[in-house]
Amino acid sequence: MTDTTTILFAVENGVARLTLNRPDTLNAFTRAMHEEVRAALKTVARDDAIRCLLLTGAGRGFCAGQDLNDRVRTEGGPAPDLGESLDSLYNPLIRSLRRLEKPVVVAVNGVAAGSGANVALAGDIVLAARSASFIQSFARLGLVPDAGGSWVLPRLVGHARATALAMLAERVTAEEAERLGMIWRCVDDDALATEAESLAHRLAAMPTRGLGLIKRALNASLSNTLDAQLDLERDLQRLAGRTEDYREGVAAFVEKRQPAFKGM
Amino acid sequence: MDDILVARDGHVLRITLNRPEARNALRTRTLAEIAATLEDAADDDAVRVVVLTGGAVFAAGADVREMAALDTVGVMNDRRPAHWKTIARFPKPIVAAVNGYALGGGCELAMHADLIVAGETALFGQPEINLGIIPGAGGTQRLVRAVGKALAAKMVLTGQPLSARDALAAGLVSEVTQPELTLERAEALAQAIAAKPPLAVRMAKEALLAAQETTLSGGLDFERKAFTVLAATEDRREGVTAFLEKRKPEFRGA
Repeated sequence: MTDTTTILFAVENGVARLTLNRPDTLNAFTRAMHEEVRAALKTVARDDAIRCLLLTGAGRGFCAGQDLNDRVRTEGGPAPDLGESLDSLYNPLIRSLRRLEKPVVVAVNGVAAGSGANVALAGDIVLAARSASFIQSFARLGLVPDAGGSWVLPRLVGHARATALAMLAERVTAEEAERLGMIWRCVDDDALATEAESLAHRLAAMPTRGLGLIKRALNASLSNTLDAQLDLERDLQRLAGRTEDYREGVAAFVEKRQPAFKGM
Repeated sequence: MDDILVARDGHVLRITLNRPEARNALRTRTLAEIAATLEDAADDDAVRVVVLTGGAVFAAGADVREMAALDTVGVMNDRRPAHWKTIARFPKPIVAAVNGYALGGGCELAMHADLIVAGETALFGQPEINLGIIPGAGGTQRLVRAVGKALAAKMVLTGQPLSARDALAAGLVSEVTQPELTLERAEALAQAIAAKPPLAVRMAKEALLAAQETTLSGGLDFERKAFTVLAATEDRREGVTAFLEKRKPEFRGA
């Protein structure tokens, strides 16, 4: 990748680590950061050697959402078109994360606020440091939860909680987030980095295409009927059964040995 | 054949658009090869159904470079309308398997098919307006009949594409499936149709197409005549007899 300033990106042993890197602003999003993230995600999607994405933040915050310095109205100036920002920046990001056919681990190292929280929740497996927190801060500015938050939050924690969290812009601690089922695990602050790496490497050694198909199935299940989902499982399982990793998995089981999955 | 691959599996003939470097842009030669293949297939009793596909992309439009070289006289002498007519006149069913883009001429080609199976990520569009022209091979006429005026107008006047799911809801495509399974689903449908009595299949296609051309009462007359013609076939006798005898019919195509 060419020089990036707002993110750090490195690939090692099948894991791509993408670190939001504007620590002075708690990694708030600017157009430039969106563009660098987009380029990184393209690389992750295209490179067969990358089998897991690990997303985290530099410094003491994960992501504070939109950088409001980009939103200050000049006297007599026009209101910013927030819809355009979602259309061209945030929505494509969420869609990319959900459509990426590889597992996405999010290590929430600090506060995840506004769209920053919902970008985290767009990952597949979310770990958070004990001192981290999630805030749907939108209501404090008269805005609505975006970056998919209004869709995913009620599905994660139920309608009642999602409504209160969104309307009150309540801070949710990492422990509470785990208890509510909003995220996978809350871990001690000093264990987050190693646990996230370990999890990402574990996923990178698994049948990647199978994991991608799991993602397709679970994405659809949130809005499918049982009948439609059963048909989808039929189609996805048909595809999964054709992968080399399936053959390897069965062979390893029968031969009573550890499988060596190639991600194909 | 330079621009297409042709293969046969039982009674199903598969035509694969094969200009991946041009995203299967349809130049005159491509259409000529498709038309010639279909003309032969029309006379070949061994071929009962055609599957039309493009690989990762169906067809991303006409070959714009070739088009740019044509002036009005060139457009008048264009062979392409004749090729499109040949494709439209093909009397046996065509099942299109569409992944990726079906834009402009690509969408028009797909609409010549009787069934369309689309992968989840397929996109259908008529973006000709962006080039200062309009669709020239049915992209307005067939599209309005397929999806209705409001949606067709939005597509043709803005050039914006339609997703596979929206195309299904609008009636443009017959089925949506996982992109990896599009071709085999289309072939399964083609084989199923190929197992039906071929005379009835041909009549059915003719009747379905007639429905787009004529009044309801005219269409009903056509349907009745086609129905009557089929009554004389051996396959109809076999089909009815097998049903009453509670056994599988054995059709012979006569």
